[in-house]
Amino acid sequence: MARELLFSRAENEALRQEMERDPTVILMGEDVAGGAGRADQGFIDAWGGPMGATKGLIQRFGPERVIDTPICEMGFIGAAVGAAVTGLRPVAELMFVNFVGVCLDPIMNEGAFLRYMLGGQVSVPLVIKTAIGATGRAPERGGGSAAQHSGSMYSIFAHVPGLKCVAPSDPYTAKGLLIAAIRDDDPVVYCSHRQLAGTKGEVPEAPYTVPIGKARTLRPGRDVTLVGIARMTGVCLEAADRLAGKGVEAEVVDLLSLSPLDEETLVESVRRTGHLVVVDEDTPRCSVARDVAAVIADRAVDHLDGPVKTVTAPHAPVPYSGVLEAAYVPTPEAVVAAALATLRD
Amino acid sequence: MPDAAPEATAGPDLLGDAELLRRLYRQMVLIRRFEERVHALRQSGALQGSAHLYVGQESVAVGVCARLRWNDYVASTHRGHGHAIAKGVDVARMMAELFGRETGTNHGKGGSMHIADAAVGMLGATGVVGAGVPMALGAALSARTRGTDQVAVAFFGDGAMGQGLVYECLNMSRIWKLPLVFVCENNGYAESTPVEYALGTKHLAGRAEAFGVPAATVDGQDVFAVYGEMGRAVARARGGGGPSFLECQTYRYYGHFIGDDPRRYRTAEEEAYYRARDCIERFERAVVGRGALAEAELRAIDEEVGRTIEAAVRFAEESRPPAPSALTTDVYAR
Ligand SMILES: Cc1ncc(C[n+]2csc(CCOP(=O)(O)OP(=O)(O)O)c2C)c(N)n1
Ligand SMILES: [Mg+2]
Repeated sequence: MARELLFSRAENEALRQEMERDPTVILMGEDVAGGAGRADQGFIDAWGGPMGATKGLIQRFGPERVIDTPICEMGFIGAAVGAAVTGLRPVAELMFVNFVGVCLDPIMNEGAFLRYMLGGQVSVPLVIKTAIGATGRAPERGGGSAAQHSGSMYSIFAHVPGLKCVAPSDPYTAKGLLIAAIRDDDPVVYCSHRQLAGTKGEVPEAPYTVPIGKARTLRPGRDVTLVGIARMTGVCLEAADRLAGKGVEAEVVDLLSLSPLDEETLVESVRRTGHLVVVDEDTPRCSVARDVAAVIADRAVDHLDGPVKTVTAPHAPVPYSGVLEAAYVPTPEAVVAAALATLRD
Repeated sequence: MPDAAPEATAGPDLLGDAELLRRLYRQMVLIRRFEERVHALRQSGALQGSAHLYVGQESVAVGVCARLRWNDYVASTHRGHGHAIAKGVDVARMMAELFGRETGTNHGKGGSMHIADAAVGMLGATGVVGAGVPMALGAALSARTRGTDQVAVAFFGDGAMGQGLVYECLNMSRIWKLPLVFVCENNGYAESTPVEYALGTKHLAGRAEAFGVPAATVDGQDVFAVYGEMGRAVARARGGGGPSFLECQTYRYYGHFIGDDPRRYRTAEEEAYYRARDCIERFERAVVGRGALAEAELRAIDEEVGRTIEAAVRFAEESRPPAPSALTTDVYAR
């Protein structure tokens, strides 16, 4: 029986194994260990990072390599860029992706552009690990985390030349993509969906990589291609099950890498199915979903037998109210409806 | 650490103002009961959603806001319920907001971290650490440009003192002499990170002084001390004397958010030390002990507050959730 791990433990294992393999890998961020400076009082590793993904690392690697920072994303992510160009491989934790608002400069103008601006003199082997997504709490009483803590926003990163951006969909791809990101010589934004943190799946113990720049076909089908990103891949799989009940064979492609984009896998799939539905929790304007649609319009329009459909969040910030949040995020029902609509047209 | 809690520092002028004393007491108790009710609702599963409780820090919000007029501005933080209540936001509409209801202050779209009420100068809370400070600075600039004598207050935590923008604001406030009061609530922690680790010091007022902003450090668990210092700061701001900085040393009794266990990073002894200085108990000892208010008066206030909170919960529960069409309203003005 293959070993199962929680998504957040798979990330933890990736960090531990890479830090063991390569002494230049360091981790920095707010409360990545927690209770900093109080080891003498018996407090160590009080938090272990968002979703506990970095728990246990400070005991193994010490505070020189597992660095709790003050709240100063612009400063410590800028410092991670500086450390990356001078021989380290920092993993910087950006607690929620919305906080990119306070540190886009070091990520974009420095981290992403440096190599190009400097004529190839430097590499920036940096990972920004960040949490994305709505909470999925949909109670009648209460809500989620609202606009500043629930965004997806990876299209911002995909837009920037020089940056790579990945979004795992299960524990297996979490470990493999995080290791690949750490070993990559370019800055990679690794987006971890908060609702996936508590999901379980098979994860090999030995280190392995899932290649950046490659999508993965999870389920073959000949009638329609469903493309999912992060948690939306699971939504596509559920939609595919329901479509099967209606006699429709859906192919599910897990995008994994938002930049670079695996155009070949997308084009090849649509050439066979003739129909495309892209499912994305991010807002629709200038989005990864529409980028995929544009690639297909550009390269496979002759093979399309119906309109390309995107199922995305509305063009609005994420609401708090549980009832509204549930209506905000794409559902399997919406994906089924979109698939049937493109098949009908 | 001395064991006996110092008495609250009420002078004879304050002890003679029974109306003010009742107001200070009622607001501190209203905040505490509100927060404890939210905690209980969350524990029982009756309520969900991110929330950071203000219990322990009530005297800061109340002492500060008691010096403000209804149309002065307050910018708040993720730990903002106390600021909102002290500024006069209706607790029933706040509770409805936490329940994600249409009748909430933000019509269910903001939740705990973003409670706002423009009608009482509550500019709203931001969940991005430090981001409220320039908001308040902008409000102060706006008031001055419009020729009003309104004052703006920025509430923020010790953790926010890690963010560069706070220092940018100290600088701007000074060079433009803005009617702004920086209120730094130093509760010793940013999430689980102790202030002495993150900032290299327990004392923050000196940083403001380095920018030329007059600064004071006060016992934030003493509502009279906060009220007194805030009086000087507001007089300076309204009189054209420019910004002030108040470091209020305080403590949060619960974890960072509901569910966080603070014993993973702080001791029972430390908690006991601060709880022995509880702002409400010290107030009561000072005021009743010196005969400024009768104990029966305080108990009557307790009862009235209890009824107000229960009515707020009922209002929230009976209110409707927003209509699905609300999803895309108010993205733009039109
Ligand atoms: C820019 C940014 N970084 C990180 C966070 C996550 N976070 C939320 S509250 C908090 C700690 C804030 O500490 P402090 O300012 O002292 O306020 P307190 O919680 O003690 O009231 C952190 C790190 C955030 N909300 N915004
Ligand atoms: Mg704090």
